Amino acid sequence: MLAFILRRLGILSVILFGSSFILYNMAAISGDPLADLKLSTDPNRDFLIASLTRELQLDVPPPARYFLWLKGIFGVFIGKPDFGMSRDGSTVAHSLALAIPVTIRLVLAATIFAIVLGISIGIVTALRQYSRFDYSMTFVSFLMFSLPIFWVAVLLKEYLAISFNNFLREPNVPIGWIIGLALFSGVFWASIIGGSRKTFWLAFFSAALIAGSIVTLFSLSGWFLNPGLGPIVITAMSVGIAYGVTQLSVGLINKAALKASLTMAGLTLIFYYPAQWVFDKHPGSLPVFLMACITITIAVFVGLSFSRIDRAPIVRTTIITAVLSAGLVIVDKFMQTWKPYMETDAINYRPVPTIGQRSDLLDTPDYWLNSLDIVTHLFLPTVALTLISFAGYIRYSRGTLLEVLNQDYIRTARAKGLTERTVIMRHAFRNTMIPLTTIMVVDFAGVIGGALITESVFGWSGMGTLFRQGLLGYDLNLLMGVFFITATLSVLANLVADLLYSALDPRIRVGGGA
Amino acid sequence: MIFRKKVSDNTEISSSGENAIANKEIEGLSQGQIVRRRFFRHRAAVFSLGVIIFIVVFVFTALDFRFLGIWHVKGWWKWSPEDLPELRFGDCPNDTVGCPTISLLPKALGGNGIGLGDHPFGQDDIGRDFFSLVMKGTQRSLSVMVVIGFLGGTIGTVVGSISGYYRGKIDAVLMRFTDFIITIPAIIIGSVVGYHFGNLGAMFLAFYLGLFAWTGLSRLVRGEFLTLREREFVDAARVAGASNRRIIFKHILPNAVGVIIVSVTLLLSGAILLETALSYIGFGVVEPDVSLGLLINKYQDSFTTRPWLFWYPGLFIISIALSINFIGDGLRDAFDPRQRRRISKKERHESATARKLAQAND
Repeated sequence: MLAFILRRLGILSVILFGSSFILYNMAAISGDPLADLKLSTDPNRDFLIASLTRELQLDVPPPARYFLWLKGIFGVFIGKPDFGMSRDGSTVAHSLALAIPVTIRLVLAATIFAIVLGISIGIVTALRQYSRFDYSMTFVSFLMFSLPIFWVAVLLKEYLAISFNNFLREPNVPIGWIIGLALFSGVFWASIIGGSRKTFWLAFFSAALIAGSIVTLFSLSGWFLNPGLGPIVITAMSVGIAYGVTQLSVGLINKAALKASLTMAGLTLIFYYPAQWVFDKHPGSLPVFLMACITITIAVFVGLSFSRIDRAPIVRTTIITAVLSAGLVIVDKFMQTWKPYMETDAINYRPVPTIGQRSDLLDTPDYWLNSLDIVTHLFLPTVALTLISFAGYIRYSRGTLLEVLNQDYIRTARAKGLTERTVIMRHAFRNTMIPLTTIMVVDFAGVIGGALITESVFGWSGMGTLFRQGLLGYDLNLLMGVFFITATLSVLANLVADLLYSALDPRIRVGGGA
Repeated sequence: MIFRKKVSDNTEISSSGENAIANKEIEGLSQGQIVRRRFFRHRAAVFSLGVIIFIVVFVFTALDFRFLGIWHVKGWWKWSPEDLPELRFGDCPNDTVGCPTISLLPKALGGNGIGLGDHPFGQDDIGRDFFSLVMKGTQRSLSVMVVIGFLGGTIGTVVGSISGYYRGKIDAVLMRFTDFIITIPAIIIGSVVGYHFGNLGAMFLAFYLGLFAWTGLSRLVRGEFLTLREREFVDAARVAGASNRRIIFKHILPNAVGVIIVSVTLLLSGAILLETALSYIGFGVVEPDVSLGLLINKYQDSFTTRPWLFWYPGLFIISIALSINFIGDGLRDAFDPRQRRRISKKERHESATARKLAQAND
């Protein structure tokens, strides 16, 4: 195994060396930084040319200059990589350090949403193969596949951001919208649940009724201006989460798991007010992180104390329930911040921005206001990226699950008399995840490299913007810095994908025979 | 005795319901015929095929066509992108100018009747006919797409099949070369070429994008060849003394053609999105040439006042990409022998009644 990894790393560094060499030389001959100066009539023209030549080392031919750049990169091995200077005077390392978190922030949430949504919808469509739900989701996923992101972005800006901001001026949902939403949610849930005609209509009416009344309630109570969940709703939702997670993970028949999860839901209520106190008195990321750790620790203890045998699945179920319920508390805190956020001068009741990564005018030390500002700016790009990339996950997880369901071990599992839940969640779902995991890894690296268009549409300044700046402004060090990060990431992701595949699927062995 | 007879009758019904079509499917048909039949049963794919053919014919006959200055065909549309007709005032919502004259609502329903009018998609800032601009842009995008698909498909198939068939050292070298190509961004090549040779036009863009678009396909084809070369029929051919060339072209390639065709369609739909995206950020087709991405980039700010300048190019991109995706889906269904057939409602009903009868008689 180690030999395999080392050999692959060796090959990868040779590939990176080759492509960066070619890239450097191509970029170097793709423009002439002195072109403007040569034409200028400035009296100290020659001095400017000389200083720029010295600054960019233009007297060294590009192939040799590449090795000067490479020497800096080799500093990685002594812990001091030197990416060189950018033409605007700052170091490339500094620009990269600013840009990388921005790009990761941009794509991380969207990738997670796309994966969760795409895989769950893909699995439902596979289980309801050739149903109306399957056909409509196939159509939707093909449509998303075919959408250019720059086109969707303009539509989202107009119809999601600007109309939502206009709507907030007078937040009453029109009756037509309520009916439409109710019908949509009725059809959606009824086609997922499926079954006989009776269950279909039952699901349809209950889903439509619930959705319709929730929206009406929100509309009448002015919830959109001052949202929040409150301890009661959070507890109710946590109980729902406890039941849902237990059913999916070990089945409701496992009483110990159910009791442990419900205990966690109850603890959410008990810890709600202390959590509010911490949020207000000690705002910051560290307390939130510490509270997350405490939540998981408590969940482990609760899970262990409720279980006698077969502890791992029960503890796992408890942890998932706890994390999701605690997430609700955080969401609630963000919702409470919504009203003060809208009242600030920088926002002035138009909270969904169409462009940028932060509000420049928002000048407040408040941790929660700043965090909410980041979230609202993430909203549009995340929706756009999710819409475009989740289609692929739907198609892929559907196809893989259908293939898995045809395997002999599924028939064996059914023949043993296992419940349908165990067959789907344990035998089919886990095997479906094997190829999907490797795709996710490669995809994530690809998305970071391909953020150029998204960033330019939404006016973010991340890696894509730096790349563009380097390319158009003849800023070789900057360009190569971005390339070095994205290319390394993409080849490493491929290696990780291969290793993951062999770790997850015992039938595949890397490097064993060869 | 009557009882027994009934049972056998029913089993006959059920078996004929489920197997008859499957039998008919295999009986005396070549692979091509089976694939064609299955493809034509996929309604969405056939419809999309119709849409694509319609768009291609519609778009490529709309404008004047010149080839090397010798061959000149007149287009059916009255304006060309170079014409500067007068900007239309009046009749437009919100005091805008140059709004579209296309009308799809018949007079009976209160519309202006079905017709294109003078400027169906409206006019741009200086009065150029937007319909002819969109036609030109679609022509560009379609031809770029075809070139990328052809080049990428050919290189990918060749590299993948050589690497999968010969394995060993050749495979290792070719696959590392593929990794190498993946890491080089196509945009860089574009800007280098653009700097040295000036703007060489859309066809050149298509050419170099095609040179970089084959990596995914070659990996797929390689995988397919690796599996197929271990199959019995390949051994049989080898024992019979067939040459490598014959085995590759006569035995393996026809079996891998499904995978190739399906991924080429995906490559095509990806190519049109890539070209429009590159043109949108200014690294693809550049002015004075026209491309759908370029049109969207130019007029995205006029979305609130003159939305038609934004809608029509986008609609063409989407309908082309969507149709190609559906055709690809149909082809995948048609080529995949393991694919379970879609069972029509009538057949499902028939076999269900048969099963019920059989159960009742048990």
